[in-house]
Amino acid sequence: MIHSLLAVYYREMLIMRRRLTRLIPSWSVSPLLYLIAFGYAMGKHVEIDGHSYMEFLIPGLIAMNSMTQSFAIASEINIARFYWHIFEEIQAAPVSDLSYVAGEVLAGITRAILSTTVILILGTIFGVNLSCNFMFWLGVLLNSFVFSSLAVGLAMLVKSHGDQVLLTSFVITPMAFLGGTFFPLENFPVWGQNLIHILPITHAAKAIRAASLGNTPQISSYVVMAATGCLFFVLSVMCVKKAKD
Amino acid sequence: MIKVENLNKIYKSVHALKDINLHVKKGELFAYLGPNGAGKSTTIRILTALTNPTSGTVSINGFDIKNSGFAFFKSNSIKSRQQCGLVPQSINLDQELSVYENLTIHGLLFRMGKSERNKKIEELLSYVDLSSRKESLVKELSGGMKRRLMIARALMHSPSVLFLDEPTVGLDAGMRRKIWGLIKKIQQQGTTIFLTTHYIEEAEFLADRVAFLDTGTILVVDTPSNLMSRLGTWALDRLIEDKMEPIYFSNREEANSYIASQNESFTLRRVNLEDAFLSMTGKKVK
Repeated sequence: MIHSLLAVYYREMLIMRRRLTRLIPSWSVSPLLYLIAFGYAMGKHVEIDGHSYMEFLIPGLIAMNSMTQSFAIASEINIARFYWHIFEEIQAAPVSDLSYVAGEVLAGITRAILSTTVILILGTIFGVNLSCNFMFWLGVLLNSFVFSSLAVGLAMLVKSHGDQVLLTSFVITPMAFLGGTFFPLENFPVWGQNLIHILPITHAAKAIRAASLGNTPQISSYVVMAATGCLFFVLSVMCVKKAKD
Repeated sequence: MIKVENLNKIYKSVHALKDINLHVKKGELFAYLGPNGAGKSTTIRILTALTNPTSGTVSINGFDIKNSGFAFFKSNSIKSRQQCGLVPQSINLDQELSVYENLTIHGLLFRMGKSERNKKIEELLSYVDLSSRKESLVKELSGGMKRRLMIARALMHSPSVLFLDEPTVGLDAGMRRKIWGLIKKIQQQGTTIFLTTHYIEEAEFLADRVAFLDTGTILVVDTPSNLMSRLGTWALDRLIEDKMEPIYFSNREEANSYIASQNESFTLRRVNLEDAFLSMTGKKVK
């Protein structure tokens, strides 16, 4: 099983290595614009819970970015599936559905970790040094586990690459803006806060922000992310089986 | 080697395969001949575990291709996949990766060790005449090179059964002949080959046995020579109301004397598999 998992992962890494010179600038552009527009220009004189807005924003951007970048593995899978038919090569090989999903999820996590590193470097350039401790990286890892697992499952269910774009617009983009990335959730009415707490990104933003600002994150956030990730992972394995028809 | 019993595939309202029964022997080159939409690719997809059958059983070297239940780990299907090599109809190589990287990934997927993998890559690239393009990106290769690379890739893990789904589609005559030579060479080394094609001459040249497939049903399975000799050896084509109608003869002399007795023009040629298919279905393969 490990052998096949590594084969799937290795393929994604080879492709990513080929594209790295294009990927790094693309990982930098959006966070850089958010930092300039919201962090530097708009939030210069804003303070939240004793921290500058820039300090508040960067962990949120990391949560958002690790979500979008790990979810982006879905597009890679769809291009391989619908345009290049490479999914068939893997399906015809002695690779179990479990190994396939694990390999792709691992690739999504790697992508998220690399893009997080890019944001941390940008943060340093803007004069913000976060505490990148174990709980911080665990938050990033679990958040990307949740969304890369979701990505693999959805990539198996969609019938075209266009459907995938729609899913990103309706699922990922709202979460990116509402999950406590740019503003404190306390600004919402109570019913809104309860609703937003259902989203895994909210727990990721809370955990990553608390850990990176030197506070103690809530363990429940990690438990929610781990449980959601495991659920999505199992569903994804089932979706791979379904994709054969 | 390949055993198919009562295989059916239904896509919503389309019955794509109807009670297919096949037995392909070890070392045999078996051709599956039929027009587009006959069910050739569906059969190959089921035999290589890419599509689930609606009913029926398929085994490769005694291993059932179907998983029983929700198989997370090793299963019969995985064991049967280990025995098979597949060259699909559409080019499914990683275009952004090199020739070497594509073969390496395949080797890894089939659990080959590094030294075994590298040795096999060198051997196969020389076999398909691509040694000089080892580091080239796939997107830089010509169509014929990509086809040869796909055959090399399918042979990486030394499969005992090779499935070729329209392996020469879209290639010029010269390249097609080159690939035929390669397929013959692979068979001579003991590999069982299951080939789908709609090129008559391909099936005639390569196959030990041919199955005629039309609208999801196997009409007949026999050797190309037996299928053709049912009609005769020579054929005369004559034009009747914008349509070529063949007349068959058991030998050339009979055909010549027929021509002499008629006051019209004919084209004399040898009987081919197209004639056999036409006589059974009333339609051409292509």
